Amino acid sequence: MFDLTKLHHLPKGCSATIVSLTAKGITRRRLLDLGFTEGSIVKTVRKSPLGDPTAYLIRGSIIALRQEEAAQINTDFCTCPVHKPQ
Amino acid sequence: MGLTSQACGLRALRKAFNLDDGQDNRIIALAGNPNTGKSTLFNCLTGLNQHTGNWPGKTVVLAKGHFCFSGERYTLVDLPGTYSIIAKSVEEETARDFICFAQPHATIVVVDATCLERNLNLVLQILEVTPKVIVCVNLIDEARRKKIEVDTERLYSELGVPVVATSATKGEGIPELLEVIREVAHGNLVPSPRKIEYPPEVENAVAHLEPLLQQILKGFINSRWAALRLLDGDSTLLKSIENYFLPDIVQELEVKLKHELKFISA
Repeated sequence: MFDLTKLHHLPKGCSATIVSLTAKGITRRRLLDLGFTEGSIVKTVRKSPLGDPTAYLIRGSIIALRQEEAAQINTDFCTCPVHKPQ
Repeated sequence: MGLTSQACGLRALRKAFNLDDGQDNRIIALAGNPNTGKSTLFNCLTGLNQHTGNWPGKTVVLAKGHFCFSGERYTLVDLPGTYSIIAKSVEEETARDFICFAQPHATIVVVDATCLERNLNLVLQILEVTPKVIVCVNLIDEARRKKIEVDTERLYSELGVPVVATSATKGEGIPELLEVIREVAHGNLVPSPRKIEYPPEVENAVAHLEPLLQQILKGFINSRWAALRLLDGDSTLLKSIENYFLPDIVQELEVKLKHELKFISA
């Protein structure tokens, strides 16, 4: 399971583990402060009508991220039966 | 600069935050993540129903209230809830500037007992600015219901600052908290927070900058922390220093650190 995917690809209702952050500087700091750290489990809770922003459950809080921010977070694949990579 | 001018400077700083009302109140700040019950604790301690006021020059609302404990008057300031004090938004800047420049006699960091891990990030950041911190593990009743136990003694020894478990809605742990506030605010209890070590390259740069900053800032703000922020390329700190400090300090800072700042921004 070394394949990476970006957080904004995580389907609604699915959970995955954060593997790494590609964000730099202030954005990185911000994401870390919000709890998006390596090894944390993140779940996509809901998407807004146009798909952006998306709300994620992370360490007990729901945080909404824009797609450009979520795209800077690498996660492993969601392991639920529906979305398991082929 | 002697002690008197320093005291005057501090007085002026506190005035900027609308705190100097001529009385010898102890100033206590309430910081913490959003939704940890800071305002509930504020209302619980002051008996107020969140009386808010706009501070001059600030769009963000801070609440201020008073309470008495064993014959002493305290001014409690409720800061906006933040996940961080490394300023990127207005609330964070307000919270940071208050802790850093108004120099409260004690800062209570309210943390949520049900998700302690997330909250400790802010605690560590505040511990880098000031040692006069009290960690208030709030929502302890909620945690108990979720079968979460918080070992406050262990947390005390790990962090090096007093830790009190409370439930602000039920009034649990408030007498203990007041006792600790008094001890810290009067300097009877001087916490010695855990020092956060950085990789050698960072520590070397800090060791180079810190004495210079120490000379200029003269203990107004923690020079190690200021050095770390400058190394981080945080220009908002410079702006805040400009806002709250006497102009000559800023000038001195700019002249003396011109070379270093250039080096940092490069």
